[in-house]
Amino acid sequence: MSLDDENAGAASADLIEEVLKAYPDKAAKKRRRHLAAAAAPSAEEESEGLVSACGVKSNIKSIPGVMTVRGCAYAGSKGVVWGPVKDMVHISHGPVGCGQYSWSQRRNYYTGTTGVDSFGTMQFTSDFQEKDIVFGGDKKLETIIDEINELFPLAKGVTVQSECPIGLIGDDIEAVARKKKKETGKTVVPVRCEGFRGVSQSLGHHIANDAIRDWVLGKGEADEEEIGPYAVNIIGDYNIGGDAWASRILLEEMGLNVLASWSGDATLKELERAPKARLNLIHCYRSMNYICRHMEEKYGVPWTEYNFFGPSQIAQSLRHIASHFDDTIKANAEKVIAKYQPLVDAVIAKYGPRLKGKKVMLYVGGLRPRHVVTAYEDLGMEIAGTGYEFAHNDDYQRTGHYVKEGTLIYDDVTSYELERFIEAIRPDLVGSGIKEKYPIQKMGVPFRQMHSWDYSGPYHGYDGFAIFARDMDLAINNPVWGLFDAPWAASQAELAEAAE
Amino acid sequence: MPQSAEKVLDHAPLFRQPEYQEMLARKRAEVEDMPPAEKVAEIADWTKSWDYREKNFARKSLCINPAKACQPLGAVFAAAGFEKTLSFVHGSQGCVAYYRSHLARHFKEPCSAVSSSMTEDAAVFGGLANMIEGLRNAHALYEPKMIAVSTTCMAEVIGDDLQSFIINAKEKEAIPQDFHVPFAHTPAFVGSHTTGYDNMLKGILEHFWKGKEAERNDTLNIVPGFDGYAVGNNRELKRILYLMGIKATILSDVSDQFDTPSDGAFRMYDGGTSLAATEAAAGARATLSLQEACSHKTLEYAASFGQATAALHYPLGVAGTDELVMKLSELSGKPIPEELRKERGRLVDALADSQSYLHGKSYAIFGDPDFVYGMARFVLETGGEPKHCLATNATKAWGEKMEALFATSPFGEGCKAWPGKDLWHMRSLLATEPVDLLIGSSYGKYLERDTGTKLVRLTFPIFDRHHHHRFPVLGYQGGLRVLVTLLDAIFDKLDEAAGAAGADISFDLTR
Repeated sequence: MSLDDENAGAASADLIEEVLKAYPDKAAKKRRRHLAAAAAPSAEEESEGLVSACGVKSNIKSIPGVMTVRGCAYAGSKGVVWGPVKDMVHISHGPVGCGQYSWSQRRNYYTGTTGVDSFGTMQFTSDFQEKDIVFGGDKKLETIIDEINELFPLAKGVTVQSECPIGLIGDDIEAVARKKKKETGKTVVPVRCEGFRGVSQSLGHHIANDAIRDWVLGKGEADEEEIGPYAVNIIGDYNIGGDAWASRILLEEMGLNVLASWSGDATLKELERAPKARLNLIHCYRSMNYICRHMEEKYGVPWTEYNFFGPSQIAQSLRHIASHFDDTIKANAEKVIAKYQPLVDAVIAKYGPRLKGKKVMLYVGGLRPRHVVTAYEDLGMEIAGTGYEFAHNDDYQRTGHYVKEGTLIYDDVTSYELERFIEAIRPDLVGSGIKEKYPIQKMGVPFRQMHSWDYSGPYHGYDGFAIFARDMDLAINNPVWGLFDAPWAASQAELAEAAE
Repeated sequence: MPQSAEKVLDHAPLFRQPEYQEMLARKRAEVEDMPPAEKVAEIADWTKSWDYREKNFARKSLCINPAKACQPLGAVFAAAGFEKTLSFVHGSQGCVAYYRSHLARHFKEPCSAVSSSMTEDAAVFGGLANMIEGLRNAHALYEPKMIAVSTTCMAEVIGDDLQSFIINAKEKEAIPQDFHVPFAHTPAFVGSHTTGYDNMLKGILEHFWKGKEAERNDTLNIVPGFDGYAVGNNRELKRILYLMGIKATILSDVSDQFDTPSDGAFRMYDGGTSLAATEAAAGARATLSLQEACSHKTLEYAASFGQATAALHYPLGVAGTDELVMKLSELSGKPIPEELRKERGRLVDALADSQSYLHGKSYAIFGDPDFVYGMARFVLETGGEPKHCLATNATKAWGEKMEALFATSPFGEGCKAWPGKDLWHMRSLLATEPVDLLIGSSYGKYLERDTGTKLVRLTFPIFDRHHHHRFPVLGYQGGLRVLVTLLDAIFDKLDEAAGAAGADISFDLTR
């Protein structure tokens, strides 16, 4: 432990106490448990490769009235897990808003003809009215599924994404799903992701995973096709800005074939066939570990985590993935790493000097608060603080592999806390979401949205790293940050004084 | 390798490179199990047929690509236009994340609001404890002058009673007794964001006016309604009022809140109608709404204080603005100044200059009911035909009003209003009865792609173009901007068509 780390830790602890002063006592007590400086790892943790211990409480209900950034279970299911499955129609079941606000906002790219064989950028809603609340929406749901089948004959199936009222009025969407599946032969998946369930998006991920398990896997006709020895699945990559494609190209180059992409650019067939793969590669552990564990238990498919942000992690991940296969694949992995090394060197040579030593604060969702850390470090940047909207304890444990002691850690941070932390730390860059973007930019702090890649991307893979580096540079080194102060401030003060 | 440090390719060019194109073709062929290209082409053609249109319009229950949002969004918008006011939405927290994101994406501005973060236990026991704790925390942390409470559908379904909850919170000293906490029940399964705007605004007025004797004053109240162009429009409105010498209170003025400067400070609250002015507004001579659909209850309430009331349909273009200034003059007793008459003349002058490019152009228009009405009226003034006018959140009565509007002009012949329909209906309309231009929000971009109808973005939400809302579309000045926007689209189409011909025909330098 260095003196610097210790000092950083003490400063972070002071800052946390200072910020908590604004809260009423009860809220301060609750929030204190979610905030910490990353501590020195224990000997045991160190032996497991951890460089710090990020011991904050997590996956707990948000406090009312504090402006949490979190979303809901519906967002986790429809918005994250199911929404990208492109050849199914996802019904936002309930009032119009949820589907409207989440319509086309995740940037899950796909190929296909929208409205004909693909439906990703469309908003299907049962648009509940008062009478549906009073009399129930099951009949309406049946009609809706019939109408979908008539107007979209190439749709492979539908999912029913429950909004808050569904669970409160006692609708039986499972019965509707079974009935319609029987009538039409097409897959119908009821998902109980009402927004009031759980404490964040996270339960929605879990519920969505369970729905895949219960209503998709093992339900298709017995597929006797031969699957080769190199079949893998990409799990937990939502193809935001094309991330899954920039990843897939590397896996294919090393001789693997990607059987299923969950769920970015996915088809129903890919979901159904996934248990035949030899290995599940999981990127967003938080949102899809459940189904990986299920496939391991039920179908014997092993799974492993990987990280395709930044060249250090990409190379390490390619080697790690290859270690599950034969020497050909291992040799291929080295070839792929060697092939892209000149690109990596050129990117770092170009952007490194412009970004070296810049301080970054992150506040994002599933995997990014830790997974992107090394990508910044590859460019010579430093992480001053990081936190998750909806992480669990195992996410914070994993974070200890990435961030150094003294780093400020904040779970389910409130807008108030985040602004105070940023004011105190004055990072050179903040990476967070759309709700944080404009307040922080107005403070004069460069910002990138790290959910949607700020409408850029992909950021995964080697191709994505070049874009990542370019984007961080354009955010930090933009001339606009020099224009915030009017040049006449000093001289005008004198004039104003003289005028008095 | 497609990528290089010298010229970094992001998603737009990257995935068009051969390496990715081959990979995507392989994915489609080997693992996707998508239908064959011929089948896709066949169905794609069918979706643009009259047969499909009939099936599409026979839909009873399924709503596809609606052009409306839910009540609390309107409530959050309305509350944002008052001095140091924080929206507190009682119910599930994910909803609030959605409203904040939705408004931030349109205005490219911060949008603050808090939730009472109700979960399963609150579904069983009710959300009183959440409300009390939430008000206490929000009041302490964000130091608002007023907290405007609305509801998500969760709180509405379980039947939480805002009024008694707020009284309870004050008794528990979560907030001071005299602290302003107006409220409105805003069930998402009734009406749309325009209804929510109306309910919240009425709730705020009720909070300040109820049980009080109105002290008559000489001002007017103006209700802009839910307007994505409020930043530009409200400022233009204030300029018109200034020119006319009218003292007015804009009831919910978000123009500063959604347009804060970048100078190093984040202003969580900026501008907005002062609470004192809101209170005094009970004694105004009249309340004038610029959007009828956003103000039914508000106007009724204002009338109960002896005020004259009137509602317009988004005063856009010549006749729309004429109606606005004449109404302002009538309600205030102030004359319409020469300056405005000259502005009017300049707009008419511009219309006359460009008439040959506007005459006979056909349009499809979608958006909130009053916007569609105002826009269609302006299109008729330009000699255009507003063929398909669609508002998902409109009533049959609106449809009748639209038909009456069409009947006022020979250019209205063959035009039709579609209340309650969605943008998938619009797709069928555009595919079977094509028009020259589509006017609406960013959601129209899918229609533009599918049907080749050029989209002109002129209403909320505009996510994929920047800063449009900073310029007014209302008034004579705003009319000029709308006109130029339409003309640019028409001229661009002319040039694009000429370019496609591959010869130097019709590619005129002067028009």
